[in-house]
Amino acid sequence: MTQLNAKIPQGSLQEKWTNYKANQKLVNPANKRKFEIIVVGTGLAGASAASALGELGFNVKVFCIQDSPRRAHSISAQGGINAAKNYPNDGDSIWRLFYDTIKGGDFRSREANVYRLAEVSNNIIDQCVAQGVPFARDYAGYLDNRSFGGAQVSRTFYARGQTGQQLLLGAYGALSKEIKRGSVKMYTRHEMLDLVIVDGIARGIITRDTITGKIERFAAHAVIIATGGYGNVYFLSTNALNCNASAIWNCYKKGAFFANPAFVQIHPTCIPVHGDYQSKLTLMSESLRNDGRIWVPKKKEDVEAIRSKKLRAVDIPENDRDYFLERRYPAFGNLVPRDVASRAAKERCDAGYGIGPTGLAVYLDFSESIRRLGRDVIESRYGNLFQMYEKIVDENPYENPMMIFPAVHYTMGGLWVDYELQSTVPGLFVAGEANFSDHGANRLGASALMQGLADGYFILPYTLQNYLADQIGVQKFETDLPEFELAEKETIEKLQRLLAIQGKYSVATLHKKLGKIMWENVGMARDEARLKQAIEAIRSLKQEFWKEVYVPGSLTGVNDELLKANRLADYLELAELIAHDALLRNESCGCHFRVEYQSEDGEALRNDEEYKYVSCWEYQGEGVEPQLHKEPLEYEFVELKSRNYKV
Amino acid sequence: MNFTLKIWRQENSKAKGRFKTYKIENISPDCSFLEMLDILNEKLIHDKIELPVDPVAFDHDCREGICGMCSLYINGHPHGPEQGTTVCQVHMRKFQDGDTIVIEPWRAKAFPIIKDLMVDRSAFDKIIQEGGYISASTGGVPDANSILVSKEYADMAMDAAACIGCGACVAACKNASAMLFVAAKVSQFALLPQGHPEAKRRVQAMVSKMDELGFGSCTNTYACEAECPKNISVEHIARMNREFLKSKLTHAEKKRIGGFG
Repeated sequence: MTQLNAKIPQGSLQEKWTNYKANQKLVNPANKRKFEIIVVGTGLAGASAASALGELGFNVKVFCIQDSPRRAHSISAQGGINAAKNYPNDGDSIWRLFYDTIKGGDFRSREANVYRLAEVSNNIIDQCVAQGVPFARDYAGYLDNRSFGGAQVSRTFYARGQTGQQLLLGAYGALSKEIKRGSVKMYTRHEMLDLVIVDGIARGIITRDTITGKIERFAAHAVIIATGGYGNVYFLSTNALNCNASAIWNCYKKGAFFANPAFVQIHPTCIPVHGDYQSKLTLMSESLRNDGRIWVPKKKEDVEAIRSKKLRAVDIPENDRDYFLERRYPAFGNLVPRDVASRAAKERCDAGYGIGPTGLAVYLDFSESIRRLGRDVIESRYGNLFQMYEKIVDENPYENPMMIFPAVHYTMGGLWVDYELQSTVPGLFVAGEANFSDHGANRLGASALMQGLADGYFILPYTLQNYLADQIGVQKFETDLPEFELAEKETIEKLQRLLAIQGKYSVATLHKKLGKIMWENVGMARDEARLKQAIEAIRSLKQEFWKEVYVPGSLTGVNDELLKANRLADYLELAELIAHDALLRNESCGCHFRVEYQSEDGEALRNDEEYKYVSCWEYQGEGVEPQLHKEPLEYEFVELKSRNYKV
Repeated sequence: MNFTLKIWRQENSKAKGRFKTYKIENISPDCSFLEMLDILNEKLIHDKIELPVDPVAFDHDCREGICGMCSLYINGHPHGPEQGTTVCQVHMRKFQDGDTIVIEPWRAKAFPIIKDLMVDRSAFDKIIQEGGYISASTGGVPDANSILVSKEYADMAMDAAACIGCGACVAACKNASAMLFVAAKVSQFALLPQGHPEAKRRVQAMVSKMDELGFGSCTNTYACEAECPKNISVEHIARMNREFLKSKLTHAEKKRIGGFG
């Protein structure tokens, strides 16, 4: 049995990363040229890792599924990126960013990792500014900040409502520079379908060219997975349509442990679902909660009148509005963390106060800020978001409050990694949302961009060298090894099986069914009975899938349906693991709310005695229950407390 | 709502393409354009109207107007009739019930068709690789606030940086020119102090790559600005032209041999 060793360095929290770097092994420039590294994914984590490793002199091969590395879904991140610069002089520090992140994650993440993240956060901002990322500035020319959920300071750097786009284009620029220099070779429209392991070590991948359909083998001394999260298991999410879990799932099936799969973030401010033809949900940035106030009517008759369009939101007098976040959490108000805000919105809707045609929406209202600051200021801060809202909903949010509802957004769970970001498979590293490392049971807003770039620019370039130093002298691998041949054969067989079914349902039909099971039973409120029911339902859907899915076309050429079917086959397995993990965690923490474990006023009730661990799942084979390993979480430097955003 | 769709179908880059007509019914006005195509593809798959079943291939990803992947030429307009919008953000309420809608891929020599409505835009990546970045290696950079940028210039740089690289400017231009795309990147860095050290090399390398890849020249019709989903202004083209001229007049990079080694 694999023993979990997080490899946390010695020393005080402040000394750990410094100590690690002082004592780690390095690879000299002449030897760096002899190493080949594969990076899968070109979002913030993948693009930054590939460019930084290319700069160091390694030979890097990068893969992405879109037509260009610039399209990765990091591009959609809106609100901002956190750093502990304390430019506004409002009391921020590395310690406070670290503490807010640990607390925001409801004490289910590793102290050492999170502290390092806070430590390198400032380097990220410096790097991005040097790259020409046009962050917002004040009139004196200095960088501007705004606040995000779960913090009482303004530490979020932003570029209008397109921060992810600008950071990704910065990383894409750095990547392009290395491609030009020849240190990085880019493979677009390539989807990774399997991991290749030789003598217990990750040595390559199998891909499919999504244009020609060609299955290819690639070998390397180390493989970095940066393929993002698995929110699309729920069908409707804020993820891009091509985001998928197949790369991480195949790594799991090859021996990498999967950590905390049940930790799925449901973001409070998304545009509500409006029809069954809908293909995705659109996020309205958390930054809107800086100036927007969330409310529902206090009176049921007002709710009815609004739903039947006899009243408009603006007709409801101030006293008849329930600003429920401000009421329940006076200290943080509308800026409570995402999990808390989502649950509070759900509570009001469940109690019958939801607005909109479905009753599954609450208001996000800017009227007070517009009165206070003027429409121009609001427009300059959030103009593109307001425009996006108006296009989708066909209502002017400057005049009527926005309608919002929670939606699946981000996955804190992912492949288990140690302090070096190495998985349980030697040579397999995991970065960004694809790993589980830093956000515990709930991620704070503006921290995903921070983590992706921290992993890629400032952590992997160090830890990967420590690993590769022991590989000096290992010759470049050939892809005609039997391990590559077998992995390729299995990949082709799986695709052929999918094509051969010729059933009666499209992939989307079955994916929607899976999404419904997951959203209703493994969503914002979970309980034992519903989770057990969900597991049964997923299993029978999986059988139906393998009997009744219809995939047109062939292995060669463009075949989107085949791609989608392959991804759904993996989601169906992952979905069961998510539900299974949720069932076994008999506590509520962060996003994971088990109805059985709540305080009298409906807050999440953690059980530190029994569940202060990372659940790490080891694949045991088709149809066999995976084995649970526990990585205990030690809190040496912070005191475990129940999260309180009230005072 | 009901529509008649005339869609360009083309087996692969070498095959000859043609329009095919499809009827589609009961579409909600709140449905997005791409969701309407999803519904059509579901119909093709489920009802097996034509054999072999071959759903319409089109590029798309984020479906919130930022990734730049979607690229449809609708009724003679890149991204459809609505201004300042990518096709994924166009909703069917913008059309009239009973409309005939013509859907084509981007058409430009530098963007060869892959299948149906998908085109190959890797030429854009190649232009960026020539210098569409600031060569700051990781680490070793100064504190972020040691580089001051006036708000005015930062805002103008952001206006240029908002380009999503979709290629609508090329598709809109009768010469298939990529000037707006290239200018947006050149202009972003020309407006920022960080971009100045490499400014001359950047503009020359990017422009010459653009020419080499078969994009046409700019004849100032401003169709690119009119069709840009992010409203990138042709002012950036003017700025790039100035940068280009300036670099030609003053830039003479000498090859120096040897060093301190």
